[in-house]
Amino acid sequence: MSEAKRVGVLALQGDFREHKLMLERLGASVREVRLPEHLEGLTGLVVPGGESTTIGKLAAEYGLDAAVRQSYEAGDLSIWGTCAGAIWIAREILDYQQPHLGLMDIAVRRNAFGRQVDSFEVDLEIEGLNAPFRAVFIRAPEIVRVGKGVRVRARYLGRAVFAEQERIWAMAFHPELTGDDRLHREFLERFVAS
Amino acid sequence: MEKGTLRVKTGFAEMFKGGVIMDVTTPEQAGIAEEAGAVAVMALERVPADIRVQGGVARMSDPKVIKEIMAAVSIPVMAKVRIGHFAEAMVLEALGVDFIDESEVLTPADEEHHIDKWAFKVPFVNGARDLGEALRRIAEGSAMIRTKGEAGTGNVVEAVRHARSVMKAIRRIQGMREDELMAEAKSLQAPFELVRYVHEHGRLPVVNFAAGGVATPADAALMMHLGMDGVFVGSGIFKSGDPARRARAIVRAVTHYNDPEILAEVSEDLGEPMVGINLDELSEEERMAKRGW
Repeated sequence: MSEAKRVGVLALQGDFREHKLMLERLGASVREVRLPEHLEGLTGLVVPGGESTTIGKLAAEYGLDAAVRQSYEAGDLSIWGTCAGAIWIAREILDYQQPHLGLMDIAVRRNAFGRQVDSFEVDLEIEGLNAPFRAVFIRAPEIVRVGKGVRVRARYLGRAVFAEQERIWAMAFHPELTGDDRLHREFLERFVAS
Repeated sequence: MEKGTLRVKTGFAEMFKGGVIMDVTTPEQAGIAEEAGAVAVMALERVPADIRVQGGVARMSDPKVIKEIMAAVSIPVMAKVRIGHFAEAMVLEALGVDFIDESEVLTPADEEHHIDKWAFKVPFVNGARDLGEALRRIAEGSAMIRTKGEAGTGNVVEAVRHARSVMKAIRRIQGMREDELMAEAKSLQAPFELVRYVHEHGRLPVVNFAAGGVATPADAALMMHLGMDGVFVGSGIFKSGDPARRARAIVRAVTHYNDPEILAEVSEDLGEPMVGINLDELSEEERMAKRGW
């Protein structure tokens, strides 16, 4: 019998419960991460949607952001940021000064599709998936620039909304808010060890 | 492509979880709230404590105040309308406000009906004292529930009462047999489908925040322990001695509510809290939580 995959969900603020429930449904053992010691032994970390300024400020305390960076650079950790999580991991955030991890070679623009009244859902073609994915965009960011070695896997109206770089994913939408677990399954299978 | 769907509305509320939403009356206060780590601000002309003191009819804020606050911060901005006042809600939706609070803190405009919130693209939050009230608001299209508490008092006792009432009822329904749910729906005066949702999932179908009397980091942590998803702080921050410090402390307390050492650290040296009001000093007419049905 194989052991359960062990994955962390950054639980400082945001919809970490939805990611946790989805990962648990896929048989993973999920740990909520609020302090550096909670990262120990993890090979995957999901950074949820939420308010990116709040997550950034809280992660800058107690050395959590440094611990995530160290673990990634040591080759131990894969990271997946959704919405606010994608903003947090981006190297550059246009127009705003806010604390962030900055690990992934992309630039993002916050609230690129407008305020809440303009939030939307749409069927999105994603490279590597055989059928469209119902994508929920909530005050969503846009990936406006990607570095070398970063692959754009989905665009909406020509604008990049899902990018992959080695062991990091950034996506502007919220797969945790739908019943579709294909992306969670892929993340676990490709990046997370038991 | 679809806008304003239920999933887009309730999903947005999910993003506030583990966060603090702060009442602000000026762009400067909004900046302090954002800097402290608030997940959203509630734009108001007067905080509830001042509404209590000044009396008179409390209405939706001047759009100018709301627009100035929207321009000052990058985080979401909420604003309040009177219960049942759908024309005020149309104004706020036109302004591009991110969330509308149909609030008992303002003077009700309709003593029988709440707003039909399905008719709007912008999501709504409503107050509730018990599960029946929460489910009625959700049935009207509300995307987020908060306890009513007793706003502007700095006294958490009513928020605790309402949170316990909702959570206790949820646990009770969870333990029921299927054939008991209709009688329960009848007694709660709530739609059967929503009662069945609570039975199956052990929670509301939308997020549930604490509001109405939270004044300290420990108050906020208490509400999280009672099962709330996050916290609204109204008068508690900007009626205190050191708003920036207190705001920051309450944000940390909500994230780390289960870590007593961090709670102790953030609770230290916050200056004067807002002066509270004991609830038995309030007459029945002065109680805002009684508003709404």
